[in-house]
Amino acid sequence: MTTDDGLQLGGVRFENRLFTGTGKFAANAQIPKMLAASGSQMITVALRRIDAQAKQENILEYIPKNVTLLPNTSGARTADQAVRIAHIAREAGCGDFIKIEVITDMKYLMPDNWETLRATEILAKEGFVVLPYVLPDLPLAKRLENAGAAAVMPLGAPIGTNRGLETKPLIELLIENCSVPIVVDAGIGRPSQAAAAMEMGADAVLVNTAIATAADPETMGRAFDLAVRAGRMAYLARLAEESSQARASSPLTGFLDE
Amino acid sequence: MNILVNGVLETVPARTIAELVADKKLAASSLVVELNQQIIKQEQWPQTRIQAGDRLELLSFVGGG
Repeated sequence: MTTDDGLQLGGVRFENRLFTGTGKFAANAQIPKMLAASGSQMITVALRRIDAQAKQENILEYIPKNVTLLPNTSGARTADQAVRIAHIAREAGCGDFIKIEVITDMKYLMPDNWETLRATEILAKEGFVVLPYVLPDLPLAKRLENAGAAAVMPLGAPIGTNRGLETKPLIELLIENCSVPIVVDAGIGRPSQAAAAMEMGADAVLVNTAIATAADPETMGRAFDLAVRAGRMAYLARLAEESSQARASSPLTGFLDE
Repeated sequence: MNILVNGVLETVPARTIAELVADKKLAASSLVVELNQQIIKQEQWPQTRIQAGDRLELLSFVGGG
């Protein structure tokens, strides 16, 4: 029997192909419970100016040490800003992983593929493990690959929409033609959509909103873990062919009154 | 002395970053400090002097996807 395999990224082996995020939880205390329930081994964090008036918790205290931190560059509108955030995150002890997120379109929150490519070129040369968040575009993905990206992370649907794999045919092109892992990031709203992404050959998925804003994030984390495992297993087992015509599963001869 | 803290002009009595962090009663454990685009590690806060016109960024990690 084909068993699930690990995913190697930046010298780290991930046995779990569900990556998660720390945004939008009603309470930070839900994060370690979600991580335990889902088994997720990589989680995103963001960097912001402090609000001296508000009492702020240290989000890093809620993330167990065996979980890899994936700081994002959210808030960056240019490649240079993304590079600066990456430097700060590394200096602050978050390790070498960085999710490049450069957004200039504040209406649809679409990633700016050009600035993202430029940031990837710079940071990969500096030894970062670069995971760029992009609109699925094959020529761009090949350029990211050549620039040294550790993976490419196409969106399934706009951030926080929970609409699933709206860009499915474009992601499929990336899966078929890229040698780096493809991680579907953004838009996945249901475990069944995560399973669908994995069935078609995605190497991992990154889910934040769908887990964090569920009524029970801990249980939803577990549900996503199972879906990702099922989808990966189905991909490895190779799906049976589709047919436009009905094909009987039971023999069509040897009936009782024949 | 006038400096820019997170983009806002402030008059601060502090002479070092350590003093400024103490004056503002900030939790040092989760604080990331950038002075004129240079990251200043926590062990360097006591000897890192603040000068008029400095641009200081006080940052921390927050939830994000």
